[in-house]
Order: sequence, then C-alpha cells, then structure tokens
Amino acid sequence: MTGGPAKDRRIGVFLCHCGGNISDYVDMEKLREAVKEELGVVEARTTMFACSDAAQQEMIDAIQKERLDGIAVASCSPKLHLFTFRAMAERAGMNPYQYVQANIREQCSWAHRGEVDKATEKAADIVRAAIAKAGLSEPLRPMRVETKPQVLVVGAGVAGLRAALALSDLGLTVYVAEREERIGGWTARLGAMFPAERRGTEMVQELERRILERENVTLFTRAEVVEKSGSVGDFSVRLRVRETESIALNVGAIVVTTGFDAYAPSDGEFGFGQDGVVTLPEFKRMLDEGEGPLARNGKPVRTATYIYCVGSRQNEEAESPNRFCSRYCCTATCHAALVASRRDKNVRQYHLFRDMRTYGKYELVYEAAARKGSVFVRWDPADPPAVSRVDGHLVVRVKDRLLGGEALEIPSDLVVLVTGMVPRENASLVNALKLPVGGDGFFNEIHPKLRPVETVVDGVFIAGAAQGPKTLAESVASSLAAVSKSAALLLKGYVDLEPFVAEVDPLRCTWCEKCTEACPYGAIEKVAADGREVARVIPSLCKGGGACVPVCPEEAIDLLGYSDREIKGMIDALAKEAVHA
Amino acid sequence: MSPPPTGRAADPRILVFSTNTISDPGIDLAGSAHMHYPVSTVVISVPCSSGIKPSWILHAVEAGFDGVFVAADGTDCAYVQDCTARTGRVVEAAQQLLRGHGHDPRRLKMAAVCSVCAESFASHMEKFHTALAALTSAPEGMRDG
Repeated sequence: MTGGPAKDRRIGVFLCHCGGNISDYVDMEKLREAVKEELGVVEARTTMFACSDAAQQEMIDAIQKERLDGIAVASCSPKLHLFTFRAMAERAGMNPYQYVQANIREQCSWAHRGEVDKATEKAADIVRAAIAKAGLSEPLRPMRVETKPQVLVVGAGVAGLRAALALSDLGLTVYVAEREERIGGWTARLGAMFPAERRGTEMVQELERRILERENVTLFTRAEVVEKSGSVGDFSVRLRVRETESIALNVGAIVVTTGFDAYAPSDGEFGFGQDGVVTLPEFKRMLDEGEGPLARNGKPVRTATYIYCVGSRQNEEAESPNRFCSRYCCTATCHAALVASRRDKNVRQYHLFRDMRTYGKYELVYEAAARKGSVFVRWDPADPPAVSRVDGHLVVRVKDRLLGGEALEIPSDLVVLVTGMVPRENASLVNALKLPVGGDGFFNEIHPKLRPVETVVDGVFIAGAAQGPKTLAESVASSLAAVSKSAALLLKGYVDLEPFVAEVDPLRCTWCEKCTEACPYGAIEKVAADGREVARVIPSLCKGGGACVPVCPEEAIDLLGYSDREIKGMIDALAKEAVHA
Repeated sequence: MSPPPTGRAADPRILVFSTNTISDPGIDLAGSAHMHYPVSTVVISVPCSSGIKPSWILHAVEAGFDGVFVAADGTDCAYVQDCTARTGRVVEAAQQLLRGHGHDPRRLKMAAVCSVCAESFASHMEKFHTALAALTSAPEGMRDG
C-alpha cells in the first residue's frame, strides 16, 4: 500500500454498465479506451453489474492478481454502493480508503440521455478524476474505539421513556436525565389523544411503572447535562442533579429527546390577551377538566372558533418567523372538536384554517369532526382572520376563500388559537453536547431521510419533537430508530471511526488560532513541536467538515481524503479535455 | 455585435463543488428524475461547502473551467450552523483571488442546493451556462475584468 507518486501506483478501473442504465447512454468501450492509459492504471475493464456478487469476486481476484493499490469503480451514486465496494476492497486485502467511486449514472448517463458522445466524454472526465484521486490517495486507517454498553437518554417525555425501555430490553444500561421534577413531558398533562383516545396521563403512568421495574434503568429528575467529553462509544458525562449533586457517567451513546415548547402568542396576536382567547394547550386542559357542556368562568361556551396556524408557517415579516408547519395541530384540533362535541352535541364549532393537513389516516378525524357539525372556513394568509370585541362579545371576522372571499362575522364565546410546536430553549445542553441546531431552531439530523436520527456528533442521536414538530406516534418511531442506531453501535463492542479528519502540517503552522476559532467542536489543541507552538487536530473530536481548511493563512491544514493535492489532481483530470479543446 | 463564440465559449465548462450529504443527493436526484442540464457540468464532492479552499476555485478557472459553481449546504448544514456565512466568506475570498489574477469574478457563483433541490440545481446550471457563454463570447477587451 502506498501513497506515493501516481506513476508508481497500480490502479484498477471497473466500469459498470448497470444493465443498460449507464451503457444505453454512454459508450462503454470508448470509455474504457479513453481511460485505460491514464497514469497508474494497470487494469481497466467493463462489467454488467459491478454490485453483483460475481462481479465483486472478479474485482477481488483482479485486485489480488494485479496487486492493485487503488481502484476506481465507475457506476452509480456513492450513496448507494460506497460501503459495498469499500467492503469489497477490504475483503481483497486492499486499503478500503484507496477505493474511489465515480458517479457516472445519476450525474452523467441519467442526466444526459440522448447525448451519447458528450455523455461518454463527460464519463471519461469523471473516471479520470476518480483515477487521479485513487492515485493520490493515502492508505488510511479507521480509528477503533472500544464502546461502553451504557446509554444516556436526555429528556423523559414519552419519546425518551420509550427509548429507555427499548434500550433496556436490548440489555444496555440506561440513564435517563429529566430537567423537570416530573417525567412525561407534555403528554403527562394530556387527556384523550388521537388516534386511539388513549389518555396521556395514563400512558405516562404506565411508562413510569415499567421504567421503575427495570434494574438496568436509572432515572434522574431535575437533572441537567453540564459537561461532555470523550467521543463515540466512550463519553464521560457530568450531570447536575437537584442543583447540588454532581454525577459522573460513562456512556457509549447519548439519545436526546428533549421535546418542544408550545408557541406562545404575543399580546394582541389574533386577539391574544383578551378574555376568552386561549391557546390550543389551554383549550385541551379545559376539555380534560370536568364533564358536560363546556363553560369558561361560569359562562357556557356555545360557539368556539379555532384559528389555525398561529405561530406556524409565518411569513418573512414576522420577527424570526417560524416558517415550518407544526404537523400535529390540524389533527389535534379536529380531535379536540370531536371531544368538545362529545361533551355537548349542540356546541357550534368554526375551524378557520389555511390548509387542512390531517395527513394519512388522520383524514378520518377531520371527516368525523365535519360529520359532528364542525364548519370549516379557509382563509387567505394575505388576509388573516381578525378578532375583536363588540359590546363585550368576541367576534371573529374572516373571508372565506371557498366561498369566493365572502366576509363572515362569527360571534364566539371562545376563540382557540391553534398554536404549534416551537424549539425548546436548551442553550446549555446544546453547548455541553455540541448539538447541531438547524435554521428553524430544532436539532438537526445529518439527513432527514437517509440518516434521520444521527447528528454530526458521532454517538449523539436525536429523536422526537426536539428534531422538529411530530405527532406522538412519529416521536416514538424516531426514538426507536435512535435506539436501533445506539444498540447497533454499542452491542458490537467497538466502533470504527471514519478517518477523514483534518491534519495540520506542523512545519507550516504558526499558531495564529484561526483554525481553533473556526472549529465548533473544540477539536484543535495547541501543542509544542520543536520548541514552537503549533496546532494539532484531536482525531476523535474532528467531524471532518473542513471548516478549518480555508481559514488557514499558511495553507497548513488538509482534510484527509480531500487533501489539496487530491482536489487539485481531480480538477486537472476533469479539465483535461477543456485544456486541449 | 459580439463575435461568434469560439472554442470553450460555445459550450462553457462548469465545475460544481457539492457536498456529500446535502447538495450531492440533490444533484443525484436531478439525474434520477432525468432532468436535463448542460453536459459540460462536472462535480467534485466535499464534506461541507465551508471547507472549500478559494485556491481550488482559482485553480479550476486557470485549468480551463469557464465557471465554478458552489452548491452550498445552506441552512441544512449538519457541521456548522453558520455554514452560509462561512461559505459566503470562501466565495468572497475566491472572487478577490480571481480578480487579482485577471479573471471575471462572475465566473464564480454560489447558491444553496438542498438534498431534494433537483429542479433548482438544473435551472441554476442552465442559467449559469448561458451567463458564462455571454461572458466568454464578449469582445476581448471586456473579458475577464
């Protein structure tokens, strides 16, 4: 294995037809001719399906026979088969990080159908760049860390409690830290919930009972995370419990399920602050208390008007607007209307909505509310409803889009502002765990679909409404996903960390501190080298984002796998045709 | 009247810097959805757009690319919260570098491309391709600053 000059390298190139997905739009034989003489290439062949077992075995044979020390597979997107081919290279005895995938399907054949000549030229450029990168690649080694079979769950709402139980089922030791005195979060205060009419209070009592039975679960209340050090598989965490006690834990993974806050309308927002104008959580409490027809301050509620999307889907004009949809509130409100009509079948209910997002099977809740007499009025965001008081009575004025903008006046005994979820204030936790916060203020996963509970901090998972608005079922689904991810990590006993971290050239570094300022993870420390102060990257803390790379005035930092010479080598390979044009 | 486009001007070559987890899936999706964009576009992926070196952008232009497009992480970035501002600083420094070397800073463009922004990517490429063709075919004296 070598990272030496490309001319001394032994590189293999495998060009995949992908059935006809690539070969229908790229001339594979011309492609092979175009790249087989590239510097360092000793083997170039085409294959029908590179990902098939037979083709992988052929590649393994070629790697061993030709003693290849770098390979490029030109096929689909690395999102599909990067790990497939990396594992194949490893099985062949090659350094898996000297394998490069060239994406000639999604980024070439599929995008440029009907332009075979040009697509073939482009594919050749892409493969040349991959060859250049393979030729300049260094044999990298993942960092192996022994993992501790313990997990810290932060936040004991339903998502956190379900995660704790599931982790405990898998034989892992669990610590649960809850900031409040009581567990159960928002659900602990709720009565009947959609879709199964289960009462939140009872659900939490049941979860609490089960948690307390477990010997491998320890629950801390009034506990906050104040410090975290170490890295994936082996974190040291300090909790402050009941403001006085300090507890040190050693865990392999952390699951953050800190939930949400309810949007608090400002004074005057849709009449908020006036008597008889309440938020959705306040209304749900009214519904859960007492029986029979609804009353407020002793007065019967004969007409209730709901104004949807208060604090959600705000436009640019609001100060730091909540642009997102809160997902759960349309269904929660239709369900609340059903509960209200159960208590009083004669209650009049008007739902002033923007778009009814009772998605999936929750459409049935909307339908049921309509059948029970709820009236739905759609308003235009450019002309929102107005709440005022006429002769001591609340009146809501709205223009009904579904009736061509007809102006309605609805005298109301109660106005319910359908407030959604907002991110919870968690500055000290964010700081202690270095949690990534997105533009909407919720915690950010690596990818909402492909890696939905992982964060860039390896071993720290997020789940539930701390990631963004979710229904209870969605929260629990994501917390169980975080359980699977934590368990897969910890039950193996060790973890291999990706080696793509930053590296400082101590001879060039002048310790100007620009890199430490740029790194949000505290991954760069000052060390002495030959009597000088220089920067050093702590590999287990580096996330490999590379933010430190362009800020270094001495060009002393490289990101392994994306080094200056690799990127420039790829640029030169890609530009080759242009230069000669 | 501008002289007719010649050589590279007829079909400007674009180098896109994209990111592994955010803009690359968006660009992949453009292909999966069989959207068309200029075939003279090629992509190099890095982990995060805030880690792109201005010198790479200059290197690309000097190596023969007519334009460089930074498909930035934007607010979706999982590494740094202020990725847009950081990538903005990279682009600013690169434009200065281009100017200093006698290249038109309009050869560099940045826009956030999210993991499902296939249509917007394809449209950015079409527009940038057209803009670069106009830039490259402009009379000699007006070219590159």
